Amino acid sequence: MTTFIAITVSGLALGAVYFLISSGLSLIYGLMDVLNFAHGVFLTLGAYAGWAVAQHVPQRGPAFVLTALAAAAAGAAVAALTEIALIRPLYGRPVSQILVTIGLDLALVGLLLGGFGSDSRPVPVPGWVSAVTAIGPERIPNGDFAALAVGLAVLAALTWFLRRTRYGIVIRAGAENRDMVRALGIDVGRAFTLVFAIGGAAAGLAGLLNSVVFNSALVDPEQGDQLLIFAFIVVVIGGLGSITGSAIAALLVGLVQVYVTFYAGHGAGLGQLGNMSVVLLLAAVLLVRPRGLLGRAA
Amino acid sequence: MNSAVTVRDLHVSIAGSHVLQGVDLRVEAGGVTALLGRNGVGKTTTLRSLIGLQPGTGGIEILGTSVAGWPTHKIIRLGVGYVPEDRDVFAGLTVSENLRIAETGKDMNYDRVYALFPELKRRARQLAGTLSGGQQQMLAIGRVLLERRPLLLIDEPTKGLSPKFVSEVVDVLHRVRETATVLMVEQNVHVVRGLAQRVIVLDHGTVAYTGEAGDLDDEDLTRRLLGVHQ
Repeated sequence: MTTFIAITVSGLALGAVYFLISSGLSLIYGLMDVLNFAHGVFLTLGAYAGWAVAQHVPQRGPAFVLTALAAAAAGAAVAALTEIALIRPLYGRPVSQILVTIGLDLALVGLLLGGFGSDSRPVPVPGWVSAVTAIGPERIPNGDFAALAVGLAVLAALTWFLRRTRYGIVIRAGAENRDMVRALGIDVGRAFTLVFAIGGAAAGLAGLLNSVVFNSALVDPEQGDQLLIFAFIVVVIGGLGSITGSAIAALLVGLVQVYVTFYAGHGAGLGQLGNMSVVLLLAAVLLVRPRGLLGRAA
Repeated sequence: MNSAVTVRDLHVSIAGSHVLQGVDLRVEAGGVTALLGRNGVGKTTTLRSLIGLQPGTGGIEILGTSVAGWPTHKIIRLGVGYVPEDRDVFAGLTVSENLRIAETGKDMNYDRVYALFPELKRRARQLAGTLSGGQQQMLAIGRVLLERRPLLLIDEPTKGLSPKFVSEVVDVLHRVRETATVLMVEQNVHVVRGLAQRVIVLDHGTVAYTGEAGDLDDEDLTRRLLGVHQ
């Protein structure tokens, strides 16, 4: 039972990381119809920014917050620049957008490999992050709780932003009918940049948390691309454009992956069973509900 | 008389079809001008072109400013309100959110909108997608009346509405025309007669007739231009 609790918390933490990545993907697709294949490298750059700041900030007490802010800021800045410089000239040309985001991803990962090499680099973290909390006889890593807390905080902040602020309303309206938003005198281009920045910030946070919680506190140039495929699966399961759908799907995928890996993934040749289970989950959801859990009907 | 809208040699092609073939028109400031014509002659395309939603070539002057090539939001901020043919309220937003999104931060007058359409206040928290067609039209018109706009472009405001809502919308437009210039696409000749002072008739992608609304009393002219019997 106690093992079940520990792996459940781990699954929820993994789900929180997936949510952070997929929320941005989902918002960007929902508002702009852009399939952003560079989202993975936003995540990686965020992790490297966190790593860079952590080198220079003594890791005591709340210093991890500074590291996380650096990761989010780096993700937001790179994402906003990408929208302004590369995506904006290509609106209405989806194939070109896909190609340019794939190209950007390859180029930036190549630059990271060239600059930092392919070896992983350790991120210094405060002791409380790498410590464990005892719940009865079970010891649960604090990093899991941190990831879960950040995921919940971002979900709450995004929900508040989309429901309560005028820009949030503009983004929801733009996802329905961009022309009508323009016809009300609103510069939709600004909303596009903002959404990219928000998505990039969440991805940057995800990069840092993934390194700290699931990658032995190591950053490496290709971690974003490895996670991106799961994030796309989460977006499709949750329903394109739905933040709540992404949150539910992310937790579902995280839990299924962790449970299957733990309970059925032992033994020769079974190491990938957790990943396979996610693909099967995707297939099952699409068969039963092609538009995803909370996606709108086409 | 000043012009609220001047269009010179406007050409628009959509999917290879040359819809507007050199439209020249002038909308006088004040009152209601009706843009008429058979289905598919380019009335909606003309309205959309005026605010940059439909790209084209030619000269467009709105409220004394040349706006050809401008982005839509910038044209709207000159003081233009646009009510599209299919209302285009945001179905997933509440009534109050649909109004809030139309705020540009100056001279918001919710009292005026709620006085014209009390129903909107009662249904403020209802999703716009669940409103009836008539209520959605109220919301679409209310959205552009939230602040003073000197020019309103309204596309088929009575289309598909029950007689009750038609008379309500017409009543509101009577009041609106006292404070704004209205360019209105409308198929209902009776509504045009009751509201408009001037008419512009499109045919084959160009302006076929410009005159007073009273000209529509000429049955032969109406039948020839619009293909309708009175």
